Amino acid sequence: MDTLQLLISGIANGCIYGLIALGFVLIYKASESVNFAQGDMMILGAFLAIALINTNQADLPFLLGLAIAGISLGVFGYLLDALLLRRVFGQPQLTMVVLTIALGFVLRFIIGAIWGHDPVGLETPMSGQRMSVGALTIPVVDAVIIVATVFLVAILWLFFARTRLGLAMQASSQNQMAAYYMGIPVKRVVSLVWALSGIVAAIAGVLFAAKGAVEPAAGLVFGIKAFAAAVIGGLGSLPGALAGGLLIGVMEPFAARHLPSHVAQVSPYALMLLVLILRPSGLFAQARQKKV
Amino acid sequence: MTPLLTVHNLETSYGPVMALRGVSLSVPEGSIVTVLGSNGAGKTTLMRTLSGVLVPRKGSVRYRSKRIDGLEPDRLVGEGIVHVPEGREVFPFMSVIENLRMGAYTRRDRSALGGDLDMVHEYFPVLAKRRDQEAGTLSGGEQQMLAIARGLMAKPSLMLLDEPSLGLSPVLVGEIFGIIRRLNQEQGLTIILVEQNARAALEVADHGYVLEVGRIVMDDKAERLLASDDIREFYLGKAVDGSRGRRRWRKRKSWR
Repeated sequence: MDTLQLLISGIANGCIYGLIALGFVLIYKASESVNFAQGDMMILGAFLAIALINTNQADLPFLLGLAIAGISLGVFGYLLDALLLRRVFGQPQLTMVVLTIALGFVLRFIIGAIWGHDPVGLETPMSGQRMSVGALTIPVVDAVIIVATVFLVAILWLFFARTRLGLAMQASSQNQMAAYYMGIPVKRVVSLVWALSGIVAAIAGVLFAAKGAVEPAAGLVFGIKAFAAAVIGGLGSLPGALAGGLLIGVMEPFAARHLPSHVAQVSPYALMLLVLILRPSGLFAQARQKKV
Repeated sequence: MTPLLTVHNLETSYGPVMALRGVSLSVPEGSIVTVLGSNGAGKTTLMRTLSGVLVPRKGSVRYRSKRIDGLEPDRLVGEGIVHVPEGREVFPFMSVIENLRMGAYTRRDRSALGGDLDMVHEYFPVLAKRRDQEAGTLSGGEQQMLAIARGLMAKPSLMLLDEPSLGLSPVLVGEIFGIIRRLNQEQGLTIILVEQNARAALEVADHGYVLEVGRIVMDDKAERLLASDDIREFYLGKAVDGSRGRRRWRKRKSWR
């Protein structure tokens, strides 16, 4: 019974890791670089939502606050690419890596300057409530996180598989030059992918803040763990990112229960190393050489 | 009649390297014009400049008597100029049908797409058979056909075809050139064809230009180029017993 309880809490955590890992993969596929500020964008989304929703702040309804936070991060992502990152396009990949690391620091500083460095929780309709399923008692938040993630992933899947813009995003990531030749406005499409990853980050941030308190610095560690999840799944595979996130999320509580705490803390990274050694392209790699 | 496309004194550079040094040509509507030249002559640069991927430094490109140089590809594809790049650049993880749909990305008349798919499948029956297969798993010839078919889905008036025969077997080259000719005759498609396979290109083309180090050095009707001694010697690989014999100031080209 204990195991099942741990499993559910692990899956809920894993969903959030998975969503951030999804953001890493989206950007990796669109811009061929890693956005190390992904975790900080999530925290920015979380603090925006807190500022909008909490009763001692703007006191907006939960869903309205969520929508505004999501749209704001979407606009943020779009402008970030259109105004800043597009200028370093064509530079070595390291340029953008360094740029996003720096951006992460700036975001952390700005969040801290505006909202302070103390942990804050998000007030949600389901805060503190628990529900019983058979003999299990699980926090309602965990159930909501899992359902929301499944829902979001289904929407994203439909978007990429069915809509014209989603297909254009796929096309641009698979062969940018050919997409450009076919009249797909590649630059705008890439900016829209950044917008999408901003929205996903905001939703992940809201789920994260609903589960417990957030502080400005949380984005760094969380982002790096989610990056490990993306690498485990095979950087470049959306289902892989989710699977990697779930794996890490589920592994953590079990490691914390059964292993000494200093060992438990490195378990996600140990898993990443193991995967990199045994399957260098990740568990769900989408890799095929181009035929010449 | 004014030509569909007129290029005047076009100059394009990659940084300090000048790849096109004043190219002028004209493409009558409904014709196939071929641009011949060896590696590095500037053929692909010319195509990229015409399709808007590169911005020329000087000169002008007029299409239906409208200036189009410097416009982005998404505008030009909408105007009816589509570039089928060399090396069959398909979207490898998307299905054949999705690749074709991407070709129609700029189209506003979404309702006409079904009919165009049928038309494309009629020219390339193999693509109908491979409809749901990932494009990256197609053979080289099928990928080239997909690249051309994807270009057709944009419903172009002018197609820029870059090296469609690259790396294909002689049988496939024959098949693809047969389709190119049919597209020109049956659909009225105007084509600029860049080729290293000069014989195949001149046999389908109406007019040919010879590009060398960024300049047009020769242009004439295709059948006259086919018969010309210089072309025969340098581009078709035939020995010519002229008054100068085999001793020319330049070595014979040996790309065949």
